[in-house]
Amino acid sequence: MLALRERAARPPRGAGGRVTTGSPEVLMRARGLKKHFPVRKGIFKRQVATLQAVDGVDLDIFRGETLGLVGESGCGKSTLGRTLLRILEPTAGELEFDGVDLNRLGSRALKAQRQHMQIVFQDSVGSLDPRMKVKDLVGEGLRIHGIERRRRESVVLETLERVGLSAESAERYPHMFSGGQRQRIGLARALVLRPKFIVADEPVSALDVSIQSQVLNLLVELKRDFNLTYLFVAHDLAVVGYISDRIAVMYLGKIVELASSDDLFARPLHPYTQALLSANPEPIPGRKHERIVLRGDVPSPIDPPSGCRFRTRCPIAQPICAEIEPPLADHGQSHGAACHFAGTPIADVPAAHPTLVG
Amino acid sequence: MSENGRSDALLRVESLSTWFDTDKGVLRAVDGIDFEIARGGTLAVVGESGSGKSVTALSVMRLVERPGRIHPDSRIWFEGRDLARLDEKALGKIRGNDISMIFQEPMTSLNPVFTVGEQIAEAVRLHQGLGRRDALGRATEMMRLVGIPSAERRVKDYPHQLSGGMRQRAMIAMALSSDPKLLIADEPTTALDVTVQAQILELMKELRERLGMAILLITHDLGVVAEMVDEVAVMYGGRIVERGPVAEIFSSPQHPYTEALLDSIPLLGMRYSKPLKAIRGVVPSPLDWPAGCRFAPRCDYTFDKCIANDPPLLPVPPQESACWLCENGRRVPRAAQVVA
Repeated sequence: MLALRERAARPPRGAGGRVTTGSPEVLMRARGLKKHFPVRKGIFKRQVATLQAVDGVDLDIFRGETLGLVGESGCGKSTLGRTLLRILEPTAGELEFDGVDLNRLGSRALKAQRQHMQIVFQDSVGSLDPRMKVKDLVGEGLRIHGIERRRRESVVLETLERVGLSAESAERYPHMFSGGQRQRIGLARALVLRPKFIVADEPVSALDVSIQSQVLNLLVELKRDFNLTYLFVAHDLAVVGYISDRIAVMYLGKIVELASSDDLFARPLHPYTQALLSANPEPIPGRKHERIVLRGDVPSPIDPPSGCRFRTRCPIAQPICAEIEPPLADHGQSHGAACHFAGTPIADVPAAHPTLVG
Repeated sequence: MSENGRSDALLRVESLSTWFDTDKGVLRAVDGIDFEIARGGTLAVVGESGSGKSVTALSVMRLVERPGRIHPDSRIWFEGRDLARLDEKALGKIRGNDISMIFQEPMTSLNPVFTVGEQIAEAVRLHQGLGRRDALGRATEMMRLVGIPSAERRVKDYPHQLSGGMRQRAMIAMALSSDPKLLIADEPTTALDVTVQAQILELMKELRERLGMAILLITHDLGVVAEMVDEVAVMYGGRIVERGPVAEIFSSPQHPYTEALLDSIPLLGMRYSKPLKAIRGVVPSPLDWPAGCRFAPRCDYTFDKCIANDPPLLPVPPQESACWLCENGRRVPRAAQVVA
């Protein structure tokens, strides 16, 4: 059933038997991925509208990298993470994981594939059965995958140790742990099946900064020791930038910019990314900078604006933005941006009259 | 300490302790702190969960509910009057009038069954004795001031019809409608998205300049602190462990906790190749603070004296730091300084 690989002993997988085009090997590939939710109303639950949470995402996640997915609430970043793992069924689009077409898998085959793809939430453990001991919570995946008890226990203990928890913690209950320790339990639970890919959905957002840094450091160590690939979903730009090799910026169900972390910070091309960066409060007093303050709030994903979805809040929007949706175009160094005026410093373009963009 | 609280300070808190009687014993959430805010000044009380920062804010407003109690030795001087000893009636005149408060979650102060305009107008009528029509006019004016678009229309909205950012603005409008001398803001932007947070922070800075009120900001976010205030008090374990001007606190922290806290936040552009500073262990229980320095069990510099004796705030001009390393003035500067 399940071959438990020793950590770090796994040789890096070559392209053997798999068709690869470039040098970085794609572990997760999404094409035209959509996740729409019906909005129902009335006693007959008639569908009155569609919420376009994820609306046409093309994404490659390379083996061994951490891809950061950043955006504000409602942008669809968590939905995208869950849809990639088919925790949520995609409305449309292709999904390929490690050469396997995920859309074609039946429930049994998908379950088998799940051992390779795990997810960690903001408080994964807090939402679980409080009457289960840590060892049972952590070992649950092993049990589901038919690993016999003795082997299970040794793997659970080894994994707990790897996330920095003592053997005694196995016999305790989750509520006896602090937020940071609970997140370690959540990580152990995900790691116990020795997955290849982990979606970490706001894993440190609820933690105090001193604990946040412990968990971030741990995530980095685990990735190295277990040859993991992460999709790191968060709203905190500095945290995402710290842990990620590449960053995808999401706005209203679309990826609007995608680049290496260094390149994204050095030359943000999309006005939304520029606004996000300038809005980030940095712990440096007296730092004078021109802040781009966006007007208004994110529009509803039920009725997104025509053309470019950011145009209603964009300081440099022009009439074309309402008509033609800009594709995620390459601007060199694999730096993609979905903007007709990508790279234009916001101050350089006179803001269009509000009536043109409103 | 001052004899009667008379000084230039608008608010002067002396040996404030707020304890909670629980089944497990006395929980000393705030355990003897002193601070002051000048007229028009800004102070951030910063700390992690369990540090006592929010209880501090509630104590100043005398909003601590049972089983919490403010220790009788505590003094909360506001314009020469000790709020700690004022009766409810007198307090009611100060709260929402001279001192206003805003919270993380606006729905805690907005009533869902009344329109936003009615609620702001109610606050105006209560505190300024205006008639209904004038109060509603003033409410509209306040909503315009805090940047709510088409305020004339929005006054008729119910809180749930507004977005998170707009609700926060409405709450600020309500808090400012009485023209307070002190605004207490408890994590005012924590629940907001970063671009909306930026709007609210800009708004608060602008309003402060325009209206000249003092701000007591309670937050865990050092980024917000750096941007918003002139003075900082860092709390740990129910105590203020360091205080001073914001620039010096960030550039040369004198308390090891402040230093570790600053080093544990990733700055924009920092990468995982360099591990972040992690503060080992967890915050001790307020039911049972360690003897000696409360940070000693997690501190990198602990020595004998720290375990035996609780350090008071010692002068390290322009700061003060509750660390025995500061006993003879400035402590060794930290190794790796993060300079912008």
